[in-house]
Amino acid sequence: MTTNVERSTDDDVVAIPLRHPWRWVAAAAVIVVLGLLLNSLWNNENIAKQYIWQFIFDPRILKGVWITLLVTIISMVIATILAIILAIMRMSSNPVLRGVSFLYIWFFRGTPLLVQIVFWGYLGLLYKQISLGVPLTDFHIFAVDTNTLIPAFVGGVIALSLNEAAYAAEIVRAGLLSIDHGQREAAYSLGMGPGYTLRRIILPQSMKVIIPPMGNETISMLKNTSLLAVVAVPELYTASSQISSGNLRQVELLIVASLWYLFITSVLSVPQFYLERYYARGNSRELPPTPFQQLKRAVARMRGRADNRRIAAQAHEEAGA
Amino acid sequence: MSENELMVDARGVRKWFGSNEVLKSISLTIPRGEVLSLLGPSGSGKSTFLRCINHLESIDGGRIYVDDELIGYKQRGDKIHEMKPREIAKQRRKIGMVFQRFNLFPHMTALGNIIDAPIGVNGESKAEATAHARELLERVGLADKADAYPAQLSGGQQQRVAIARALAMKPKLMLFDEPTSALDPELVGDVLDVMRDLAKSGMTMIVVTHEIGFSREVADRMVFMDGGVVVEAGAPRDVLDNPQHPRTQAFLESVL
Repeated sequence: MTTNVERSTDDDVVAIPLRHPWRWVAAAAVIVVLGLLLNSLWNNENIAKQYIWQFIFDPRILKGVWITLLVTIISMVIATILAIILAIMRMSSNPVLRGVSFLYIWFFRGTPLLVQIVFWGYLGLLYKQISLGVPLTDFHIFAVDTNTLIPAFVGGVIALSLNEAAYAAEIVRAGLLSIDHGQREAAYSLGMGPGYTLRRIILPQSMKVIIPPMGNETISMLKNTSLLAVVAVPELYTASSQISSGNLRQVELLIVASLWYLFITSVLSVPQFYLERYYARGNSRELPPTPFQQLKRAVARMRGRADNRRIAAQAHEEAGA
Repeated sequence: MSENELMVDARGVRKWFGSNEVLKSISLTIPRGEVLSLLGPSGSGKSTFLRCINHLESIDGGRIYVDDELIGYKQRGDKIHEMKPREIAKQRRKIGMVFQRFNLFPHMTALGNIIDAPIGVNGESKAEATAHARELLERVGLADKADAYPAQLSGGQQQRVAIARALAMKPKLMLFDEPTSALDPELVGDVLDVMRDLAKSGMTMIVVTHEIGFSREVADRMVFMDGGVVVEAGAPRDVLDNPQHPRTQAFLESVL
């Protein structure tokens, strides 16, 4: 059976789009479930919302936020420097350096972070005094009580950064390994030494591999600072639980703390975006637009559409007349 | 020929990869200003030999002298000592190298690639290095690409930037490791033009290549390697048109 359909090659494709009814059904189902959940929370009589607003900018909470931020940043900086050293040690041709780096990573990844934090809290039991002097003699330049030298805050920072360094070292090592061997050869052939090559050629290129997982690590670190509650560092979680142990509004204050954690996490993703963008230069033909550029483009597009509408309307009018 | 007229003096160079002897006592001398073309099937050891000349590969036997300096080792009395990385780096400054895969630094612009080593290694001022780099870009026909990143350049353009980068160190010897093998056929010509100009300017060059036509035209001498030994050497015309050794004959039949 043949029908006489005319075959054309130069027509535009003006097809009626395929309908996707189940997409609508699935979206509706998810929205309903989500709405019920939010409603049950929002209208829950056991959550007194006024306490959230009352305590969210409480000076004790704000001080906790500040300490949380401070611990996160200091620990990440120390951890990153240590991680680069550990990664280079791990890839060294010196078997002792390689072995020590391996043992370090094995130990600090293999024991729980909470245990490490408590351990640094108990360091005073292990070494009563910390002194600088000539080993195996009684000559000391200075000697101080361990608990004076390492208060809870410092102990907490040490615990978090030593632990983080073990994870970050593997991230840095992956970054260094991701660089093609030809880069090192080209650098050497130009008369660059190993140190200069690492600093100018290898590390800057590794950054595009290192930064996304390090952003993850920073967010983990932010949340792990709450573990310092066990050694009574007055960070965000400690501050909120101290308040709630007074007024017995545990859930409200947990919400206060969570809102702050979410806020800081969101803010931290901004420098990550710009760092990634900086180290992506030369890697893609066009860099991803910054939010400001996206805004500018969106405005330009909207203007363009308005212009089109105006032109179309004008043409229509003229045709009518 | 007296010693100091030689740019490269390789004596009985031997190299093992594990239990595989890839260079079996290679002896070659290259006078200053000569363009030497190294030819041979893959696995013949020609690239390895090239990489031994600037000590990217260490050697297991023999000696290599470049510009009257023993490469990679120090001779004290009758003993040979390994050099420190810093000393090896210093020797490499007068030996430029161009790679098959270009190996430009992707995080730097073309200009950045060229000026980094002169500034960071030779201690040139930024103005001085930049002026020289622009001259070199002009010379390789890419004056307008100074601010382009390698990813924005074609293979042929990248390779010409790589040549400019090597020349920025003012080398006395240039090594080319199959510089056109990774290029689309229509891009090969520009790179060869740059190399031809360089040869005319009197640069001493060792070129590992499969470009028979280029070798015939530009090279002063051609060396055919196979199985880690020099099989045949001579003027390109003689080696190409009248090969003496059966292995050379077989190779040339397969590529021509």
